[in-house]
Amino acid sequence: MASIDTDARSRAGRRPNRLFKNMNAKLASLPMMFTALVVFLGGTIWTITYSFTSSGLLPRLEWAGLEQYARLWSSRKWLVSIENLAIYGFLSLILTLVIAFILAALLDRKIRGEDTFRTIFLYPFALSFIVTGLVWQWILNPQFGVQDVVRDLGWTNFNFDPLNNPEIVLYGLLIAGLWQGTGLIMCIMLAGLRGIDEDIWKATRVDGIGTVKTYLVVIIPMMRPVFVTSLVLIGSGIVKLYDLVVAQTSGGPGISSEVPAKYVMTSMFGGQNLGQGFAASTMMMLSVIIILIPWAYLEFGGRKRG
Amino acid sequence: MADVGILATTKAAEQIAPRTLDGPSGPRPKRRFSRANIIVYGTLFIVAVYYALPLYVMIVTSLKGMPEIQMGNIFAPPIEVTFEPWVKAWSEACTGINCDGLSRGFWNSVNILIPSLIVSIAVASINGYALSMWKFKGSEVFFSILMIGAFIPYQVMLYPIVIMLREAGLYGSLSGLVLVHVAFGMPINTLLFRNYFAAIPEELFKAARVDGAGFWAIFFRIIMPMSLPIFVVALIIQVTGIWNDFLFGVTYISSPDRYPMTVQLNNIVNSVQGVKEYNVNMAATLLTGLVPLTIYFISGKLFVRGIAAGAVKG
Repeated sequence: MASIDTDARSRAGRRPNRLFKNMNAKLASLPMMFTALVVFLGGTIWTITYSFTSSGLLPRLEWAGLEQYARLWSSRKWLVSIENLAIYGFLSLILTLVIAFILAALLDRKIRGEDTFRTIFLYPFALSFIVTGLVWQWILNPQFGVQDVVRDLGWTNFNFDPLNNPEIVLYGLLIAGLWQGTGLIMCIMLAGLRGIDEDIWKATRVDGIGTVKTYLVVIIPMMRPVFVTSLVLIGSGIVKLYDLVVAQTSGGPGISSEVPAKYVMTSMFGGQNLGQGFAASTMMMLSVIIILIPWAYLEFGGRKRG
Repeated sequence: MADVGILATTKAAEQIAPRTLDGPSGPRPKRRFSRANIIVYGTLFIVAVYYALPLYVMIVTSLKGMPEIQMGNIFAPPIEVTFEPWVKAWSEACTGINCDGLSRGFWNSVNILIPSLIVSIAVASINGYALSMWKFKGSEVFFSILMIGAFIPYQVMLYPIVIMLREAGLYGSLSGLVLVHVAFGMPINTLLFRNYFAAIPEELFKAARVDGAGFWAIFFRIIMPMSLPIFVVALIIQVTGIWNDFLFGVTYISSPDRYPMTVQLNNIVNSVQGVKEYNVNMAATLLTGLVPLTIYFISGKLFVRGIAAGAVKG
């Protein structure tokens, strides 16, 4: 009781100038408040609200219920986009994790020239998706690129033309995407491996467990937080997949490499079909939330950490 | 190019990054040519070739003439080195009606980059400072919204921002784009600064308060001078993020002659008209990648620390 009393009293004493207390900090934080409340929160609520309207060329508050969503899910282009993202996402997730972990483990073997290797694996990450897409478009060029080079070597029937073949165009994107992104995950995993106690290695050596088996059975389970972080990173990156597709394939051939982010952009700024863009972007946000909730639960739900 | 995983990664990076940067530790392996070592080095070498190849192909292609490209294979080094594609990409390549090359996009990008850098780092560092040392009621709420906002796909906020900029009369202008970069760079950089400043001993702050220093005096005379490394990290994140941006450039710039370099590059290379000049295209691509690549190779370990801490933005 006493503590509540003093609390109330001190609060009452401060009341007259509470708003002006710490005034400079509040003034200085105005840009942050504006960004958080108006741009991020306001913008998101605005888009979700207008996704239930019949907005076309201009946003209009004409209630249309779930009509935009019904149209969205009956659009073939959207369904192709979703399917592409699912396939690309699944493969990219698995391959990034596997490749990045193997590279990190190799670099962790106390090798010479670690810095050089790491520099080479990571530099693509400094490049934009536009640059990445354009380079790989050139390397995969059927007339002059890899296909041509292999044919010149004697395998005249060699066929590898992902950018013009709807069946395998996603693999063309995947090759470029992995090249750009694995370096980052490798660095994060390497940091995780460095965080593992030397004594663990000594203990497994004493027990006569092989190196590969140690990684699989002991190290990987210990690195769960690192894997979760990587998973979130890769996952939210995948949902945003846009520039790479624009640069490398422009969604083609046909609509075979369309992705949701591109669907949003085309409906909003190309097709004068705002409502579709709002509905599609709301779906994108929903998928991010689906990815994030399990992570947030694992990270913050189980036990309290700093 | 995402500003994702910020929360988790920063935490991981704070703990682990410094150690990573020290390189391998412990005694060197004794036998250098054991079978295991050959496998390790062999794999690493092959993968390194795969990663280095696109850069090599870019350089090689950009130094060849078109006849040589049509005859030879893309991996062959140039027989006759020519810098003409570079000149052409820089000052002659066409986008739409403008035929003054990528230089236009380059200067547009510079004009976007410099003010964005100054404003976003100033705003983010002050945010971080207020959040770590001058907490006020509700400050954590704003910070949380900011962090959640970083995970939401940009597409959700694109159109409302169009409206806001139009209302402010800034839609389509470079200053509008600068504001967008400031807003979307804010979560990650604020987090970065906040965590860094939170580690500064409180006694220092209290001593300054006793001596009568206020909000701004403490920031400019005590906090800033001792936080140079984190400013450099934020600078690296922002330069690469803003330079590599495509989405915001294409959304918020309305006229093609003000497009940033990435957008112009994409328009040059993916234009359907005319004969494809692969050497010019690759020179243009390399030119666009040159700024972040230079930052990367110069900053070295700081870059790794920056991206591990910020885990990507853009």
